[in-house]
Amino acid sequence: MSIEANEEFKPKIVAFCCNWCSYAGADLAGSSRLTYPADVKIIRVPCSCRVNPMFILRAFEKGADGVILCGCHPGDCHYTSGNYYARRRMTLLFSMLDFIGVEHGRTRVEWVSAAEGVKFSKTMNEFVEKIYSLGKNVRLEDLRCKS
Amino acid sequence: MYKIEKANLNALFRKISETQDLIAPIRTAGQTNFRLWTEDETVDLDTLKTVKSGKDAFFPQSENLYTCVREGKKLSVLPESLKEKPFTVFGMKACDVKGVEVLDKVFLSEPVDSFYAARRDHGTIVALACNEPEESCFCQVFGTDCASPAGDVSVWIREEELFWQANTEKGEALTEAVRELLTETAENEEQSLEEQKQSIRQIVQKLPYTGLSLEGWGTDGGQERFDSPLWETLYKPCLACGTCTFVCPTCQCYDIKDYDTGHGVQRYRCWDSCMYSDFTMMAHGNNRTSQMQRFRQRFMHKLVYFPVNNDGMYSCVGCGRCVEKCPEALNIVKVIKTFAKQGDK
Amino acid sequence: MQELRDRVKELLADGTVDRVLGWKAGDLPYNPEAAYFETVESLDEFVYNGFCGANLSKMMIEASKLEGKTLVCLKPCDTYSFNQLITEHRVDREKAYILGVGCKGKLDMEKVRALGIKGVEQVQGAEADGDAEHLTFQTIYGEKNCSYSAAMLERCHVCKGKEHRIYDELIGESKETKDAERFTEVEKIEAMSPEEKFAYFQKELSKCIRCNACRNACPACSCRKCVFDSTKFDSAQKANVDSFEERMFHIIRAFHVAGRCTDCGECSRVCPQGIPLHLFNRKFIKDIDTFYGEYQAGSEADMRGPLVSYTFDDIEPGQTAERG
Repeated sequence: MSIEANEEFKPKIVAFCCNWCSYAGADLAGSSRLTYPADVKIIRVPCSCRVNPMFILRAFEKGADGVILCGCHPGDCHYTSGNYYARRRMTLLFSMLDFIGVEHGRTRVEWVSAAEGVKFSKTMNEFVEKIYSLGKNVRLEDLRCKS
Repeated sequence: MYKIEKANLNALFRKISETQDLIAPIRTAGQTNFRLWTEDETVDLDTLKTVKSGKDAFFPQSENLYTCVREGKKLSVLPESLKEKPFTVFGMKACDVKGVEVLDKVFLSEPVDSFYAARRDHGTIVALACNEPEESCFCQVFGTDCASPAGDVSVWIREEELFWQANTEKGEALTEAVRELLTETAENEEQSLEEQKQSIRQIVQKLPYTGLSLEGWGTDGGQERFDSPLWETLYKPCLACGTCTFVCPTCQCYDIKDYDTGHGVQRYRCWDSCMYSDFTMMAHGNNRTSQMQRFRQRFMHKLVYFPVNNDGMYSCVGCGRCVEKCPEALNIVKVIKTFAKQGDK
Repeated sequence: MQELRDRVKELLADGTVDRVLGWKAGDLPYNPEAAYFETVESLDEFVYNGFCGANLSKMMIEASKLEGKTLVCLKPCDTYSFNQLITEHRVDREKAYILGVGCKGKLDMEKVRALGIKGVEQVQGAEADGDAEHLTFQTIYGEKNCSYSAAMLERCHVCKGKEHRIYDELIGESKETKDAERFTEVEKIEAMSPEEKFAYFQKELSKCIRCNACRNACPACSCRKCVFDSTKFDSAQKANVDSFEERMFHIIRAFHVAGRCTDCGECSRVCPQGIPLHLFNRKFIKDIDTFYGEYQAGSEADMRGPLVSYTFDDIEPGQTAERG
């Protein structure tokens, strides 16, 4: 374990991206040769509304240091209104996580359209930087995953 | 017999914890439970009943059995090591100690549960007599004397002093280890302790549940009880939560589960509750399909099946935790009384 | 209480209802239990007093599946839960005869014990009628007293009001027992630093024994099969294996009832470890009130909950830190 302690902190970041906008935005960022840190692991979901609060907690459990949810801009949802529901859910969930002592900066929602490769890369860079400053997630980790 | 000033108890705890783990009733966030003692915890010997019994010390609510680790193509199985460090449980009550005897019947008979056996081998029980039994207590019904608890060491609190008496070899060894803190008692002190015990026994006689009749249960119970229509009304308010089973000193059913850590698997066991819908779930399904059947199982097990298989020993010790904690005010006493009333008619 | 019992007998005798769901006298002075009564004679055991804290509205889910009409005794706050269950189509209004019973605050034996009162043999002052301000306990260790409000359940200190939101008939006087603000405790925690918040919940939740009483008592938790009971899902539904699991369970449970929770306080009442579980629910209620406008689940039947509706200009999750 001592070896790990000496290692530089490499955050694990999970990004849930909706299939129609944000995932395409990530794709555009890639094809435009924009960079964002490799610490971000993207999970594609059909709609931002597909993200169950349990997904977010499970991500933290399995070792994520930050979780970000990206979806279509309000009004642009492929399914008309999915992101509106997601917005309310995440507002409440993140507020609750803050309430039990998980720093607010570890969670984020950003609306990224398929044309916003630049925004995608910028958002990810900012978020990763934030997580670097917050350090390791120790408040929502599951110790069983360490052994 | 020895004694120690109550004010000096922290020194005693410190001394014990020098060489072993000390588990004691500790008050955290308004509730008292058995936990590992450290210097900054508050030991609470005034609360009569800890929420959970001290059962965890020997049979924890969840414990790992083994871990499978995958490294590349290599798969290794690492069994959990058995308890090797000695420990002391301080402040179990007479009923809790009796509860451990019940668990012994289950886990120390063939096939012996090695995890439990290791804990029993390394654990010393310091049992504390009850000074103020409460209305929910009925240990007397099962032949337990709360004024003189069993255990490796028995202790009593009398005014500002704690009296200490070793009962077993393990108890003697613990006494030896803390001998420097104890002083010998005088004969008149032992006499007055006897008087205190007598007065506690008198209080027990006045408790509402004292004298509860177990007629028709135990080895006499059987198919007739099982088939009784009374269960159908008795179970109705039951929420199917596991409170009664988890606070019970004798409930011993467990489930074995796997947890995927992402790079391996932990096989662990955890207490199960007959109140839960997945209790004894097997590949073919479940053999108890209704809450009535599950509810009945709990009481039939404690009052009939267990005594039938263990020379008449009930697997209820009368601690009364379920009486206090059931969210819907159901409990084993109400079950016993309902059947008794039915018998009168 | 005599009036109530007589009326219930009358309704059962004349066939208005087929059974009565109320409380039966316990074997100690403070432990009446919920019970169905199907005959007039059995109603001699019917009681209603300060210890009848249980919210019977959830039991109406099962009662709705029975033949005929069930009379159910509901206190003012229980009627919110009943309304919510109607909204969710979990109970059948046609099969219920709601007898609104008066309430002047319900009692919590845990609070009485915490006051050092033990060995209780008799209690005076807990009757449903009458205006006793004090409780007198005859105990094995002598007579003890405490004020009625010191022994009241937490939820009664933030009483939602004495009005029954749905009923067929009312019997008995109610009293508003509110003497504290609903969100005071939540605000106190909100003002803490992340470290303090974490330490607070760590301490409270470390007591959790995963008995699931909070879930099973909750009238909003009415799923036929809980996600935490699924064998296909990687959850330690009944084991306190890791502190993560307790946090996960309580957050997800509170989230699942967010917008539907009427704040009836059953979760905190039934918790054997005295965990203030209502704080999770109240945090959601407070946030909903702040962000989406005041909303009281169950105040009417068939309302649209805040998590199944939206507006175009809802607050963004990132803004809550500044505003909330």
